[in-house]
Amino acid sequence: MPIQAASSPHKLDDGPDWNFDLLLQYEQEIDRIARGFKLDTYPNQIEVITAEQMMDAYASIGMPLNYTHWSFGKKFIQTEQQYKRGQMGLAYEIVINSSPCIAYLMEENTVTMQALVMAHACYGHNSFSKGNYLFKTWTDASSIIDYLVFAKNYIANCEQKYGINEVENILDSCHALMNFGVDRYKRPQKISLQEEKTRQQEREAYLQSQVNELWRTLPEGAQKKQAQPARFPEEPQENLLYFIEKNAPLLEPWQREIVRIVRKVSQYFYPQKQTQVMNEGWACFWHYHILNQMYDEKLVSDRFMMEFLHSHSSVVMQPEYNSPYYSGINPYALGFSMFMDIKRVCQSPTEEDYYYLPSIAGKDWLETVHFAMQNFKDESFISQFLSPKIIRDFKLFALEDDTSKSFISVSAIHDEKGYHTIKEALSAQYNLSNLEPNIQVYNVDICGDRSLTLRYIPQNDIPLANSRQEVMRHLHRLWKFDVRLEQEHPDGKTEVIAQCPHPESP
Amino acid sequence: MAHFIDRRLNSKGKSTINRQRFIKRYKQQIKRAVSDAVGKRSVTDVESGEQISIPKRDISEPIFHTGKGGKRHIVHPGNDQFTAGDKIERPLGGEGQGSGAGEASNEGEGQDEFVFSISKDEYLNILFEDLELPNLQKNQFAQVTQYETYRAGYQTDGMPTNLDIVRSLKGSVARRIALTAADKRKLGELEEELRRLREDKHENTLHILAIEKDIAALKAKIAKVPFIDTFDLRFKNYDTRPLPSSKAVMFCLMDVSGSMDQETKETAKRFYILLYLFLSRTYENVEVVYIRHHTQAKEVDENEFFYSQETGGTIVSSALKLMKDIINERYSDGAWNIYGAQASDGDNWADDSPKCGDLLTNHLLPACRYYTYIEITQRPHQSLWKIFDAVSTAHSNFICKHIESQADIYPAFRELFKRADASAR
Repeated sequence: MPIQAASSPHKLDDGPDWNFDLLLQYEQEIDRIARGFKLDTYPNQIEVITAEQMMDAYASIGMPLNYTHWSFGKKFIQTEQQYKRGQMGLAYEIVINSSPCIAYLMEENTVTMQALVMAHACYGHNSFSKGNYLFKTWTDASSIIDYLVFAKNYIANCEQKYGINEVENILDSCHALMNFGVDRYKRPQKISLQEEKTRQQEREAYLQSQVNELWRTLPEGAQKKQAQPARFPEEPQENLLYFIEKNAPLLEPWQREIVRIVRKVSQYFYPQKQTQVMNEGWACFWHYHILNQMYDEKLVSDRFMMEFLHSHSSVVMQPEYNSPYYSGINPYALGFSMFMDIKRVCQSPTEEDYYYLPSIAGKDWLETVHFAMQNFKDESFISQFLSPKIIRDFKLFALEDDTSKSFISVSAIHDEKGYHTIKEALSAQYNLSNLEPNIQVYNVDICGDRSLTLRYIPQNDIPLANSRQEVMRHLHRLWKFDVRLEQEHPDGKTEVIAQCPHPESP
Repeated sequence: MAHFIDRRLNSKGKSTINRQRFIKRYKQQIKRAVSDAVGKRSVTDVESGEQISIPKRDISEPIFHTGKGGKRHIVHPGNDQFTAGDKIERPLGGEGQGSGAGEASNEGEGQDEFVFSISKDEYLNILFEDLELPNLQKNQFAQVTQYETYRAGYQTDGMPTNLDIVRSLKGSVARRIALTAADKRKLGELEEELRRLREDKHENTLHILAIEKDIAALKAKIAKVPFIDTFDLRFKNYDTRPLPSSKAVMFCLMDVSGSMDQETKETAKRFYILLYLFLSRTYENVEVVYIRHHTQAKEVDENEFFYSQETGGTIVSSALKLMKDIINERYSDGAWNIYGAQASDGDNWADDSPKCGDLLTNHLLPACRYYTYIEITQRPHQSLWKIFDAVSTAHSNFICKHIESQADIYPAFRELFKRADASAR
């Protein structure tokens, strides 16, 4: 193990109170051990905050600053109420994917908790956001804080110039469509290149048509072909906000900029949504290893270790489906167990592991976990690394819930026949494109009334919730001409399921 | 190497503005909740804020999400009884077992109300938005009891503790400049002259000696000017001034004769609560005097005022007379802002009504800032209303108002205290 020997092999004070000197000592030890485990991180900026400041941070979606909007106030009031009534504890930390990586520690944590949190956030999450391919390609850690400063000031200026209500209306509408403000498939850097290419193709096509016109010898009108009306957009667009920003006919420039701001923020959070299990699992995996290493080096006391293990085990606990505490699969538990299992498969593989996970069985564990962290998202991570042992440990079972039948059926359990089904179902459960409805910009009637048509393509016959009417109203506020949402049925027929303005109302 | 920052001392309340935006946006709903809550409070309870609940659907932020139905494949942990192919009854309520991860969280059916608290100040602000106290002049009389000390410039004499060092040294610098400027200028000229003479190739010994003597004399003179003089000293000066009175007394008068039932009293109570809250916003301390009456008037405490049972006829003037006596006895020193609020169902012994009008016009109204009379009845008006109505047209600080049910209280109250400019708009 290439970990340097501890520089100060005496036991660190185990508190329970902490001070900045002590935090610094712990941080240095954690840093030394983390480097030994090849964790590559952004520089850390660790900020100690109070409970109230933590609630502030909650309210502005975890960012140190954000533009002003009533919905953040609502979030704050909600958090405050729940916290005051004791319905929920605040997180021990919040970490921001930025460079330097900002981590918030709560002041009321004991020194054990601070050490846990530093290992978890400043080395676990930090290295994840530096190493994972989604974060690398989608977000620019060094510029996000600057961008938020810009956004906050820009929106504040707009409020002064155009009135708070005007700005609030636009923001409300953008928030309603926020989840549809991301590019799911194309990557941001390539946009310009792609645009270049299409532009070039357009030019070529145009020149070609000129050429054809010159060489055309047949007289026109011989066969009057029904001209196919040009479609706009040519292909359905998944990024509604981008489409609005670029094409909404009546938006003012500042309104377009606000649409852009919301879109950018949404895009920034897109990788986090897709790597919840991995991100938390990775951070838990490393705080567990780092603190255990500290214990092995006799840097921390038994008391420290007992407190740590107590919090650790309650974080990675998975309640069973019939427990009152059950609310879906705990990403901490699943992620932590999977990374631990990868390590196990590398170190002491069984016959079964050679059969199910031949690519990693018996390999170097440190390299393998880093490889897994860097190159996957939740969906692919599960379908690649969910071993039968995890399925058995969690006693996973898959339910098939089809509303056209009067009962729910169990399609697979944790046995040999079920491993594959469960793995597939669980992986699909983390596939964002399964969770979020597939709605795309389908057509704009550019020659007629400029109405905008969206198309919803249901998966597994799952209908769209009633909130669609409200959302369409927001869309109408941005597009300012008629908007329509149609659903495509399996037989290819379409049906309008929401529109604004509503045909009945004048 | 990490960088630690202690943010605990940074300003709190980063979200305050967002919170204000939220309250502003839902002002209508909050206002409704606030006025509903008035009836549940004690008259003098102004310390607490209020719990506000708003229907959740009003504040939801709609997004596109999937609804119920269709085919779903969900994985759950902790299998204890199932084998593949088992069929399970669909639990009532439509949802599968528990809620699958990441779905159905936006259905908004968990809690119907969004409940939160607002602070005392926010509560009062919302409750009394656009209202103001009529005829608000602060009483200020010879025998004021409160003084405040304030800074009143500088003086040349005083206690050492009040010495203003910066001012004193400024004086010192100015004095030294004033006293030595001419000499220094002259000194400069002489030194220039001396330098010139010394550079001169001719013999100037006598002249030089004379100039050197002058220079020495001037330097001695400059040095004699003291660095600081008692003349320079400046002391901070403090003075006191009388404070305008911020005391108010509110008289609650109520008819408790047999004709007033508990419901009518509750309605009156709401009115008194509003008035008390409103007064306590303007005045630091508000005293409340409760006077109840049937044929005789009596001063009582809050509980007895609202909840004791009495029967008998009604003579309103008895209460007015008692109020007059109490004013003369306790609140006549001019430091008090006096407000009267009377509630009745309009019953009175007919011969007594002119007497009431007389008491009001000659004794009470001149002493009062504002006097409100509310009549809570569904029957036609009787003699008392006619008399009071006549009084109210003659006096701007007397208002009578007819209320039929609890629902009228808040609108009537708002009308009584409507801000002059708000009504003009």
